[in-house]
Amino acid sequence: MSSAAVSNKKGFGATLWDYLTTVDHKKLGVMYLFAGTLFFAIAGLEALLMRIQLMIPNSDFVSAGTFNELLTMHGTTMLFLAATPLLFGFMNAVVPLQIGARDVAFPFLNSLGFWLFFLGALFLHLSFFLGGAPDAGWTNYASLALYSPGHGIDFYVLGLQISGAGTLISGINFIVTIITMRAPGMTFMRMPLFTWTSLISSALILFAFPPLTVGLFLMLVDRMFEANFFDHTMGGNTVIWEHLFWIFGHPEVYILVLPAFGLFSEIIPVFARKRLFGYSSMVFATILIGFLGFMVWAHHMFTTGLGATANAIFAVATMAIAVPTGMKVFNWIMTIWGGSVKVTVPMLYALGFIPSFVAGGVTGVMQAAAPLDYQLHDSYFIVAHFHYVIVGGIVTAIFGSMHFYWPIMFNRALSEKLGVLTFWIFFTGFHLTFFLQHFLGLMGMPRRVFTYQANQGWDLFNFISSIGAIMMAIGVILLVINIIITAKSKPLNCRDYWGDGRSLEWAIQTPVPFYNFKQTPLVRGYDPYWLEKHDGNEEGMVYAEPLGDIHMPNNSILPLIMSIGTFIAAFGALYHPDGKAWAIPVLILGLAITVGAMIVRSVKDDLGFHVHVEEVIATEEHLYGKGGNK
Amino acid sequence: MEETKFTPQTWPDKPEQATMEGRNKFVGIWIFICSDITLFASVFATYLSLKDKGPAGMEYSAAELFELPLAFVMTMLLLTSSLTSVYAMYHMKNHNFKGVQIWMSITVLLGLGFLALEIYEFYHYVHDGFGYTQSAFSSAFFTLVGTHGLHVVIGLVWIVCLIVRNARRGLSLYNAPKYYAASIFWHFIDVIWVFIFTVVYLMGVLG
Repeated sequence: MSSAAVSNKKGFGATLWDYLTTVDHKKLGVMYLFAGTLFFAIAGLEALLMRIQLMIPNSDFVSAGTFNELLTMHGTTMLFLAATPLLFGFMNAVVPLQIGARDVAFPFLNSLGFWLFFLGALFLHLSFFLGGAPDAGWTNYASLALYSPGHGIDFYVLGLQISGAGTLISGINFIVTIITMRAPGMTFMRMPLFTWTSLISSALILFAFPPLTVGLFLMLVDRMFEANFFDHTMGGNTVIWEHLFWIFGHPEVYILVLPAFGLFSEIIPVFARKRLFGYSSMVFATILIGFLGFMVWAHHMFTTGLGATANAIFAVATMAIAVPTGMKVFNWIMTIWGGSVKVTVPMLYALGFIPSFVAGGVTGVMQAAAPLDYQLHDSYFIVAHFHYVIVGGIVTAIFGSMHFYWPIMFNRALSEKLGVLTFWIFFTGFHLTFFLQHFLGLMGMPRRVFTYQANQGWDLFNFISSIGAIMMAIGVILLVINIIITAKSKPLNCRDYWGDGRSLEWAIQTPVPFYNFKQTPLVRGYDPYWLEKHDGNEEGMVYAEPLGDIHMPNNSILPLIMSIGTFIAAFGALYHPDGKAWAIPVLILGLAITVGAMIVRSVKDDLGFHVHVEEVIATEEHLYGKGGNK
Repeated sequence: MEETKFTPQTWPDKPEQATMEGRNKFVGIWIFICSDITLFASVFATYLSLKDKGPAGMEYSAAELFELPLAFVMTMLLLTSSLTSVYAMYHMKNHNFKGVQIWMSITVLLGLGFLALEIYEFYHYVHDGFGYTQSAFSSAFFTLVGTHGLHVVIGLVWIVCLIVRNARRGLSLYNAPKYYAASIFWHFIDVIWVFIFTVVYLMGVLG
């Protein structure tokens, strides 16, 4: 590995091996980004098929059963396998640079987290080819899921169990990284907002994923090993699933939206060319949202019948979340206020985000009123609400940040012109699709129906909504074209691409060498790079240590082997209820591979390697020419 | 990385946190335990809501099934094993590797004793007809106590690996954090058992 310090042209096999074994946070960030984009495209296609089906009344484009599979896989894939990895991609690519670290705290676990996520996602998608996808909705309520025929639900349970373990591991990794690996001078209250939101979002993962793990396990043993958790004839109770799922499911929304908030809190000050307004209140609001996020899960269950007292408590707690979220919105507006705003593509997404997300938030507060929720529950109003939050909040953040961080991640810049076009088509399509769905819901159209009768006043709005969905698809295709064009463009080899970078990630020259900063930077205040620029420091940063040997972690294939073991074991569990004789041996074989790889990992010393000073200097000269990283 | 030879005089006060990797492991195991607590909280909640629930005419209930003497012996074994792992950590801080290995081995023996009693207990229940699929109550009971049992197995495999792997190498700043993390995990298992003893056995027999 140490010879790879000076990157030469490598063959396809060597490159593939490098990506299969890599523990470098920058490469894993890229892998998360592409895997997330792949699943985003698949889930988007599923959405498109649903909208084509609903375009006209009494349509028979897809059958009712297929529609159930499409809506389940669309929701599950978008939340677990598209939004989460895309945000993890940015966390991996940016957070270690923002805090001036060489890598994350556990590079090996970082790789394990990715491979578990990816193989779990692959397993879930194999259901399409092996007898049908899950069809009980992304919430997979036990009363529906327990008796669903075929293996769809089993794929859901096992696939999410594997990829959920990966997400949990990555979450732990980021918490430890942010606590222990910050550069000298980077106190908690000097951390960039994206690092803060990544920390809080990882903490939410830490407490939200175990209940999901338990819920999925109970569903697994109920369906595959004849346990009785949800079977009421044997004393079980399906409401347990609802609780466990939503104790996970509600924080999951904040797991996704907090990093999105963080990304916009990075984008807005750079292009408003002003310090972020109310930094400490932003931090406080982030923590408060994270805390309150755990106190509100039963607002998804108002109609389950928990009683008036429980409903009232959860209604009030839910409304309280609007307060810290409102603080954030005002802080963004105040940052833009009076700034000398440059409207680039990332800023365009930020400007589109604020009103869209506020609209989604307001409808959320409406649903928090339990009596009104009885009317809105399971109608298209709900669909409109959470798409405003997720597309208006999270997808805009992801698209905006792709433009914003592409120079750091790939040493190339996405086309601005094509980006502006993409934004307007996507943004118009988004509002066209979902704005009218509010009214469809108020007019009584239930969600998750595969068709509807004509002349109920729903025809026109459904038609327009489907046109909007097609526009969103065109927007995404334009973004992909932009990425392909950019891949062939000339490398930038620059520092601070946008010219107004404020935090540490902009202080490093692209392409970023595999060891990041050649010397650990010294952080002298909030917005450290802006501070140095302001003081006329030509070199970028002041460094906390002399140029010396750099200690780096070794690559390893073990994470992939461990993940493949769980992947094999999942097949054993899946086919066990069919009475296949090979099912249990396959389950044991898979687990043995995983445990064996863990023991190898534990017993074999992995001390990493040192990059010597001469090698560092040589790498810098190779990347940036004589004089190194100036 | 060249190995530095330490004496009890040059050995740092907190060997588990003396290196960057050590500090990461130290913080990491605590963070992991936070999430494991949530896992057990979910299983406990499930158990409490399904306690004594079963098909009409179910003959088993917590009050009839559980016996305190066996649970008491298991508790004592596990509590003592927690104490012996503290002794191991005490010797680690004083750079006495022999002491670490001996006390960790005793911890493993006590853990094995606990595990044997738990297997006996499960076998006994299944033999009496209280199997995993018998009722919602039985599923919840075996899932809760079994999840803890699985943690015990993982802890034992972990500690045995450490003892065997490091037998000839002595204590270093590379393996000290590993011993420390394993002992923290072992304490955690012990604390969970205290809750199981209270919620499942005591409240089962008395409540």
